[in-house]
Amino acid sequence: MAGPRTHLLWRAALLHRISGVLLAIFLPVHFLMLGLAIRGADALDGALVWTDTVPVKVAEFGLVFLLAVHLAGGLRILVLENFQWRDGQKTFAAAAVGVSFIVAMLFGLRVL
Amino acid sequence: MTKPLKVSIWRGGADGDYQSFEVPAKANQTVLDVVTWVQRHADATLAYRFACRVGMCGSCAMMVNGEPRWTCRSHVSSVIRDGQLKLAPLANLPVIRDLTVDMTPFFDKWQRAEARFHPSMTRRDEVPAIKPDTAARKAADAAVECINCGVCYAACDTVRWNSNYLGPAALNRAWTLVNDERDAGTRQRLAAVSGTGGCYNCHSHQSCQAYCPKALNPTRSIAGLKRAGLAAKP
Repeated sequence: MAGPRTHLLWRAALLHRISGVLLAIFLPVHFLMLGLAIRGADALDGALVWTDTVPVKVAEFGLVFLLAVHLAGGLRILVLENFQWRDGQKTFAAAAVGVSFIVAMLFGLRVL
Repeated sequence: MTKPLKVSIWRGGADGDYQSFEVPAKANQTVLDVVTWVQRHADATLAYRFACRVGMCGSCAMMVNGEPRWTCRSHVSSVIRDGQLKLAPLANLPVIRDLTVDMTPFFDKWQRAEARFHPSMTRRDEVPAIKPDTAARKAADAAVECINCGVCYAACDTVRWNSNYLGPAALNRAWTLVNDERDAGTRQRLAAVSGTGGCYNCHSHQSCQAYCPKALNPTRSIAGLKRAGLAAKP
């Protein structure tokens, strides 16, 4: 007797939730990396070498997408809840995903 | 000859199970027609609710292939999957038996949300003229046609996660009253819908809007309540 979990705006909410969880998991790794700078330039540079590898660059593409889609999806909800209602929320949600993908692609083309 | 429909129907209480039936397929058949055929021809003990059969009373809603539907206006052809219908009682409400649920929590929450009219005048006062083109009246009109079927309540993830949450229907009704210029209960209503289990619990998944058979938009009403609650003076 599970409820309905198929429509587009529910999937947009799921994407927002998953991207938020993944970004929360990434943040400690990010801070650990930044923390290496306190130990000195060599420690940080040693770790930054990893960012030149293809798998990490692909992961960065994914991170930029997650960040962009979480930001855009969050802004959609904030506008929905705090301003006069606008119809076409499915279009806004789809646009948020599309714009986020373009942003991630632009980033990917720049670093790869 | 058209193949019969394969229909699985929930039997018993919360710990029940599905029972299979074969029902003759007919043109322009609604899901309620199917349930009624089972009760009249296969098993007279099947419990289900209906009254008007024309989408006005809101009593025949149930889960159809996992989605909440008003069964009197849901044609089999539009909801059937792989030649099968799986029918269950409405989600998020206690099962009484078979396809009937206890609507008490649903209507108790209408009371908790102050979703009832608080008169501001007596019978001796003039009947006020309500202009149809004001923003408040348009907001009330857009949300007022709810038939209390419980489809939005069954579709809502927040209700499923938080049994204390008032739910889309009660909050939608509260919003129509906030916009009713004859009503004098806005202050206590906003307090009621802003507390524990109130409108700020809504995650705006918009399943209520996606499934409302009357094409209402409770998410819009709840967003309105959120704004009104924030704007209200303490």
